[in-house]
Amino acid sequence: MIGIHLASVFVTDQERAKDFYTRVLGFELRQDMDLGPGGRWLTVGNPGQEASSGVPAVELLLEPAGHPAVGPYQEALVADGIPATSFSVDDVEAEHARLVDLGVTFIQPPTAMGPVTTAVLDDTCGNLIQLAQMNG
Amino acid sequence: MPDIYDALAAPARRAILDALAERADQTLFELVNRLSTDPATALTRQAVSQHLQVLEEAGLVERRRQGRYVLHTLTPEPLRAIARRWLTDPQEQS
Repeated sequence: MIGIHLASVFVTDQERAKDFYTRVLGFELRQDMDLGPGGRWLTVGNPGQEASSGVPAVELLLEPAGHPAVGPYQEALVADGIPATSFSVDDVEAEHARLVDLGVTFIQPPTAMGPVTTAVLDDTCGNLIQLAQMNG
Repeated sequence: MPDIYDALAAPARRAILDALAERADQTLFELVNRLSTDPATALTRQAVSQHLQVLEEAGLVERRRQGRYVLHTLTPEPLRAIARRWLTDPQEQS
């Protein structure tokens, strides 16, 4: 069996990303290892999620944006409003309200898009992130 | 500058104006997603981008950069000019 255990987003500042993805978004810190000049192996996971019965727990790697291709890549995606990735939420209106209170910038408020209601926020580390709530 | 009537002639561009009427300051991504909710109006990102350029040149859409984002807003003033041209009460003109 094959399973996704790691997904990644490039972040322009790992320290700020650690704070944003844990304290603000609400993920749990999984790993924070110094890799020397290459930065840190920094991952977060879903709150309360453990690996179970052969299914790996998913971790999100907050990867240093050191490669010269990353800047133009992020810039082009962000200009067109394209999220680097998408997180699921139970109640996108409630999450939007909670995060706006914490000072998070949304470039798209919760909007029904067919089977999902989505919102798009700025992670302050070079990315747009989509929040998605399945309708019905 | 493209003629406003040419800009409005394409059904796809009218659908884009409908989507833009929902909210100001939309990114290309948001606009493409709104159009995709109906198979009749779904378009590729490249197609939407090209139609937006025609609409912008006709004065119906404003495209502006805010920080790192590019946002699009419906600017219906040219449509008011059309209304004024033909919908004026003849008694007002005398």
